[in-house]
Amino acid sequence: MFSKLKLVWLVAGRELRDQFRDWRVLAPMVILTLCFPFLMNEFAKQTVDFLNQYNANLILERLVPFSIMIIGFFPITVSLIVALESFVGEKERGTIEPMLSAPLDDWQLYFGKLLVGVATPLLASYLSIGLYLYLASKQQLQMPPAPVMIQLFFLTTAHALLMVSAAIVISVQSTSVKAANLLASFIVIPVAILMQGEAVMLFWGNEQVLWLAVAGVMIIALLLIRVGLAHFQREYLLGREIDVINLRWIWLTFWASFLDGAGSLGSWYRNVLGTAFRRILPAMFFMVVIAGVSVWMGYDWINQNVAETIAKASPGDLEKVKERVGDLPDLAEIRNSISAPFLFLNNTRAVAVIFLAGLFSFSVLGILLYMVNISLIGGIYALLQLLGIKPLPIFLAGVAPHGVFEIPALMIGSAVVLYIGAALVTPQTGKSMGEVIIELLADWAKIFVGLVVPLLAVAALIEAYITPGILLKVIGN
Amino acid sequence: MIETQDLSKQFHDFMAVDGVNLSVQPGQILALLGQNGAGKTTTVRMLTALLHPSRGWARVAGYDVVKNGHDVRASVGVLTEQHGLYMRMTAIEYLDYFGQVYSLSPSARKARSNNLLEYFGLAEAARRRIGEYSKGMRQKLALARAMIHDPGVLLLDEPTSAMDPESARLVRDEIARLKSTSRTIVICSHNLTEVEVLADKIAIIYRGRVLLQGTLDELKSQVLGAPEYEVKFSEAWDSAGFEMPDGVDLLSQTPTSLKVRVKRPEESNPQILNMLSSKSASVMAFQEEARTLEQVYLKVMTEARGQEHVQ
Repeated sequence: MFSKLKLVWLVAGRELRDQFRDWRVLAPMVILTLCFPFLMNEFAKQTVDFLNQYNANLILERLVPFSIMIIGFFPITVSLIVALESFVGEKERGTIEPMLSAPLDDWQLYFGKLLVGVATPLLASYLSIGLYLYLASKQQLQMPPAPVMIQLFFLTTAHALLMVSAAIVISVQSTSVKAANLLASFIVIPVAILMQGEAVMLFWGNEQVLWLAVAGVMIIALLLIRVGLAHFQREYLLGREIDVINLRWIWLTFWASFLDGAGSLGSWYRNVLGTAFRRILPAMFFMVVIAGVSVWMGYDWINQNVAETIAKASPGDLEKVKERVGDLPDLAEIRNSISAPFLFLNNTRAVAVIFLAGLFSFSVLGILLYMVNISLIGGIYALLQLLGIKPLPIFLAGVAPHGVFEIPALMIGSAVVLYIGAALVTPQTGKSMGEVIIELLADWAKIFVGLVVPLLAVAALIEAYITPGILLKVIGN
Repeated sequence: MIETQDLSKQFHDFMAVDGVNLSVQPGQILALLGQNGAGKTTTVRMLTALLHPSRGWARVAGYDVVKNGHDVRASVGVLTEQHGLYMRMTAIEYLDYFGQVYSLSPSARKARSNNLLEYFGLAEAARRRIGEYSKGMRQKLALARAMIHDPGVLLLDEPTSAMDPESARLVRDEIARLKSTSRTIVICSHNLTEVEVLADKIAIIYRGRVLLQGTLDELKSQVLGAPEYEVKFSEAWDSAGFEMPDGVDLLSQTPTSLKVRVKRPEESNPQILNMLSSKSASVMAFQEEARTLEQVYLKVMTEARGQEHVQ
């Protein structure tokens, strides 16, 4: 194993040496890494002077951690060029073929490049943060406590890992450095948006959510590495010279996979959909387990967070809540305003959002949304219990009639997303990444059109026309 | 040793290599000839386990290119179409790097690098950045890289392109030396004179298919027919009553010369000379008409294009 890892170091060492000998890469990295802390320090000085006039101590406390987060991010974006051109740059210069012809395994090449891709921005980032901390300490600004510093260290590392792993995937799949640099916007902009959210959490002081963000970013980064490695094919690195978007080929590949040779609707349902459904069965099992966990989490969260509030509430407050509940529109009125098409579109949109969120995060965000949806069941159940209402009859009357269709539809729709995520990170020889994605989209479309949509349509009809009647009878009783 | 059977590669609708059968023994040089885009590089890439065959199989140095790609790559030295050198490295660093990639010991790396740099006349420039090298120097260094691990099989794409005549000669000599040490060598080249000098076997590829394969003599006789000889006399000669032996066709005749086509030169040529001598013909010269690989190649290509046109 050591000798195999030695080759990873070898690839990384050469790459690093090559980068550091190129002043076009080195100069901007050094200048920005070293200049930005001074700029940020000046900005902090001005901000401190301004905020001191208004005694805005909370913002002052968070200023240095926020600055550290920003300072850590900028060198990563600059150094991303190293990762972006790691494979495609070598391809353009013609140096990739001797490397691919050498007795190096795919993972050795990949991790060698990844190591340099991650090490360079992290080095720049830590250097920049270190310099800023030194400057800030000279100004006697309030330094963040050790736990916050550790969190910022992990956050910066997670950002670097996420951006570099995505950049390497782009570098493997691109046909030119120009295309790779353009595609880098798809890394920098989402991470910048993510950082805005993290900055809000930082100022809010919600450390728990920030740790979750670190974990989420790390998971997606690791999945990206897995995807890159799974779809790393020497053949495609050598074969493609130009990128052509062949819409006809895309459509024909999708349609062929969607129909899969079925001659009639019956045979499509029996053979094609049946096969596709069997493929997602392990994911289905997983979704059932996740559903159980989510229901319990929702139930537990309400009991942990709301029970105390209700217990502490004065009789007057509880009376107000009851009054507000009394002010809610009558169930019979809601019944008239909520139609089956509205419910159907609403639920279909929820499944589609889970799909889209899952598609861009290797199923992670999709599954999180699924968990949030399912946890509502446990949450509402617990809330009714806390309010002294017997939840079981209400659930049996108000959820079960349409839920027997709606919940399986949600589970199936989410299971496909999990399957897609798993398939994307699995090596598939003889197929390009594009082909794999198109076929997976076709799989999703089969299950969505053939199973999820019909189930949601039936659920919507029941929810609109049958459930309210049953619920009225139960509440009436 | 290299063996392929029905080796084929398809990219979507395009058949780049179609049913190629090759066999190259240790100590043999096979030259792959063909136009740009004929499938030579794709064939070499399959032999290097870089591309997976769509059909058929190939074994290189005893390893299957699909099942044992890593072992194939470890046993083969490749000179790629583009030299693929790292311009910011020095030659010594570059060879040392590839020596490490091929898991050579430090002493072996040093010895091999120094020997190769010395042989190719790069020793003095060994510590200069490769970016400062001339085209020919780069090509020689790329060749040195292909040979750093002393491989049993060498796949060389245009080994002497961009080289001055002296360097090209040096490379040819080295290839010939490697052949004599039982290496299996495949060369892709457009330099037909070089191929004539070096190759034991020649395969002409057209649109992914091997049109013709064999030794130079076999190709010549297959494409151009039996060899032709010209006999020149110092004085006008009376040919009355002179009968050509079996297997010899008279092509043209003047008082001072004869042109014949000989099916089995090793048998017939001594007979012709004996008969001319017995007739007291004053033979000044007896020489084979020059027939080059270029003639063979051009004729094969013209016929292939003609057949394609008819189809």
